[in-house]
Amino acid sequence: MKKLQKADYIKMYSFMLKIRRFEERAAQLYGMGKIGGFCHLYIGQEAVVVGILMTIDKNDSVVTTYRDHGHMIARGLDPKRIMAELTGREDGYSAGKGGSMHMFSKENNFYGGHGIVGAQVPIGTGIAFTHKYNGEKNICRTYIGDGAMNNGQVFEAFNLAALWKLPVLYIIENNKYGMGTSVDRAAAGLDLYKRGEAFGIPGEKVDGMNVFSVIEAADKAGKYVREGNGPYIIEVQTYRYRGHSMSDPAKYRTKEELDNYKQTDPIEIVKTEILKKKIATNDEIEKINKDTLEEIKNAAEFATNSPFPKDSELYTDVYL
Amino acid sequence: MPALSPTMTEGNLSKWLIKKGDTVKAGDLIAEIETDKATMEVEAVDEGVVIDLLFKEGEANIPVNKAIAIIGDPNEKVELKKETPVEKVIEEKKIEKNIETKIDTKKDNIIDTPSPKIEEDTNLSSEEITMRQALRDTMAEEMRKDNKVFILGEEVAEYQGAYKVTQGLLQEFGKERVLDTPISEHGFTGLAVGAAFKGLRPILEFMTFNFSMQAIDQIINSAAKTLYMSGGQINCPIVFRGPNGAAAQVAAQHSQDFSSWYSQVPGLKVIAPSTPYNAKGLLRSAILDSNPVIFLENEILYGLKGPVNNDVNFSIPIGKANIAKEGKDLTIVTYSIMLQKSKEAVLRLKEEYNLDAEIIDLQTLRPLDTETILNSVKKTNRLITVEESWPFGSVGSEIVNIVQRDAFDYLDSPVIKVNSADVPMPYSLSLEKLYLPQVDDIINAAKKVSYIK
Repeated sequence: MKKLQKADYIKMYSFMLKIRRFEERAAQLYGMGKIGGFCHLYIGQEAVVVGILMTIDKNDSVVTTYRDHGHMIARGLDPKRIMAELTGREDGYSAGKGGSMHMFSKENNFYGGHGIVGAQVPIGTGIAFTHKYNGEKNICRTYIGDGAMNNGQVFEAFNLAALWKLPVLYIIENNKYGMGTSVDRAAAGLDLYKRGEAFGIPGEKVDGMNVFSVIEAADKAGKYVREGNGPYIIEVQTYRYRGHSMSDPAKYRTKEELDNYKQTDPIEIVKTEILKKKIATNDEIEKINKDTLEEIKNAAEFATNSPFPKDSELYTDVYL
Repeated sequence: MPALSPTMTEGNLSKWLIKKGDTVKAGDLIAEIETDKATMEVEAVDEGVVIDLLFKEGEANIPVNKAIAIIGDPNEKVELKKETPVEKVIEEKKIEKNIETKIDTKKDNIIDTPSPKIEEDTNLSSEEITMRQALRDTMAEEMRKDNKVFILGEEVAEYQGAYKVTQGLLQEFGKERVLDTPISEHGFTGLAVGAAFKGLRPILEFMTFNFSMQAIDQIINSAAKTLYMSGGQINCPIVFRGPNGAAAQVAAQHSQDFSSWYSQVPGLKVIAPSTPYNAKGLLRSAILDSNPVIFLENEILYGLKGPVNNDVNFSIPIGKANIAKEGKDLTIVTYSIMLQKSKEAVLRLKEEYNLDAEIIDLQTLRPLDTETILNSVKKTNRLITVEESWPFGSVGSEIVNIVQRDAFDYLDSPVIKVNSADVPMPYSLSLEKLYLPQVDDIINAAKKVSYIK
C-alpha cells in the first residue's frame, strides 16, 4: 500500500468534514422547506466513501445508492451544484429533475444515485463489463446498502460478475439498518461479505468508522479487481447517526447505541491522528473547520438563489 | 420550526435541550419536535450563543419555518430574516399550464421522413426471406459496422437462438460480442443497461417478452428514466427485442402482449414490425437510436417470407406508420401479426360487402403516428382498431382518445376496438381461438361501424 502523505491526512479530514457540514446544512434547508421529498443523510458514514476515494483512479467508475450526497462530494463534485439539485434548481447536477436520490455526473464517471434498492448493483456490474469489453484497466466501484443484500438481483449480478470475471468492486455499506429493520431481523446470516462465497467471490469485513482500515482494505481489493481476477466484496461496518430519511425519528434503536458509535466518530479519529502525528496544529484544524463551514454556507446560498427550472424544461431530456 | 417530513406543515415544541446563554456548536442537539409522524431531535447547524428561545416547551401547532430560537453572536444585533416559502416563489411564477395533456410526438424527436413503401421500392430483393433471417441479417450488418454493438440473452450464442434469430452470430463475431446469459433476466438486463449508460450499444434478446417482467424495473426505472433524471447527461442506447404475444397453445404465462404496457412509458420507443421488409428497416433504426427501444417481434411471424431491401443502410424511420392498403370506406389501424389477419378480413369485406377498407400498419407504437391515423379517419369517417393486446387501456384505447379529440366531427360512427378477450390466455386450442381476435371479429367490427347488418 502506498504510504499516506501529510497532504492525504488533510485531504481526508477536509472531505469528511465537508460531507458532514453539507449534510447538516441539507437537513436545515429541508427543515426550512427548501428541500423536499426524500432526503437521506450520510452523517456517520463519512469514513467509508472517503477511505475508498483515497484509492481511486479518476477514470474508474462509481455507482451508488440513494444515500449519495457524500459520495458526490468525495468524488470531487461541486457542493454548490449538489445542493442546487437538492433544492430542485436549474444549476443542480440533474438540472432539478433528479433530486436527492438521482444525481449523476457523466464527466466524472459518477453513474448515480439510484432510488430503487439493489438496482444499482447489476448496473455497476454492466459498467464494469464495459471497462472490460473496451479493454480498459479501470474498475467500477458499486456500493450496496445492507438492505439490498437480501435483494435477488444482487445475487444475479454477483453470478454474472464472477462468471465473466468483471472488474467490479462491491462495497457493502452496512449501517446496521435497512430503514427501520435491523440487519439481524432481515438477513439470515449476518456476514454479508460471505454472500459472494458461493460464486467464488472473495470478501472481507472492515471497520468503517476508521478511515485507515477502509483505505487498507480498499487498496488490497482494488488491486485484486484491477489485475483481472474478477469481483471482490468488502463489507464496511458503519453507522448512520441520523434516521433513514429526514422524517425518521429512529425509534428502533437506543440512544446508548448511537452514543456508543459517536464515541468512535470517524472525523474525530482522523483529527486525533493529525494532531498526534503533528501534521497540523489545532489552529490549522480550526481554519479548515471555518473554511468548510463557509464553503457549505455558500453552497446553501447558491442553491437557494439558483432559479427554478424553466417550465419548458418539463418536456426536455425525455429522448436524446 | 423545521419541516421534518415531506408533509409536515406545523409542529409542537416538546422539549428544549438548550437554554439562554448556552454556547452551541454545529451538530449539537437543541430541541425535541413533535411532527405529524413522530418526535424528532433537532440539531444546530450554525455555531453561536443562544440569545433567545422564542417558544416555550409544550407549545403546539407552530407553523413550519417560524423562528423558534435565536443563535448568534450576542454582541451583534440579530434580525430575523423573512423567508419566502418555496410554494410562494413558484406561485408567483404564474405557471400557465395547458389543462389538456397531449402526448406530443414531436417531442419524441422523430425523423420526419415518410415510411418507405414496399411497392415503390426499386431496391427490392428478388429472393424472399423470412422475418427471422431479416432480423438476423440486420443485427449482423450493424455489428460489422460498429464494434460497440453486441448481443446478449438466453441461448443466443451456442444454441443459435431459441427461435434461431441469432443463428451464426457467435461464429462470425465471437463470444465477446455474442453472450449466452444465465436464466437471470433481472440481473442481465440491469447489466446491459449499465453497459449502455457507459457507451456500449447492447441488443438484449428476451426469450419472450413475458420474461421481461422479471426485469421490468430495470427497463422502466433505469433505462427509460435515467436520461431525464440526469438532466440529459446519461442516455441508454439499447434494444430490448424478442417475441411478444401469443404463439400456439403456450397458455397464460407465455402468451401475453405487452404493447400497451411499454407504450405507456415516456423515455421508451416501442416498435412492432409485421413483415420481413419493415422488420429490417425498423430494427436498423432501433439499433442506431440513442434511446432504449422495445422491439416487439412475434413468434408466429418468424417464418413469414417476403422481399426485403438489402441495402445495409436501408432503414424505416421510427414513429411513422405505413398505409398497407389504401381504401375509402373505413380505416383499420393495426400492428404486428394482426396486420395479416386484417389483410384477410379486407379481402372478404370487398368481396362480400363491397367495402373498400384502408389498413394502417402502425409499425411504431411510441411515438405514435397520429397524423397518418387522423388523415385516414378524415377521409373514411369510420375506424376500427385491431390488436392482440388485452382491451383495457390498450394502444387502441389511446387511438380512440386521439380520434375523438381531434377528429370528432369527421366520425360517422363510434370507433370499435378489436382486442383479445379480457381473461388470461387459456391453453385449450378451442378456447385459445376464442381468446384471440379472428378475421370474423374484424369483419363484424367493420360491418358495425358501416351500419351493415
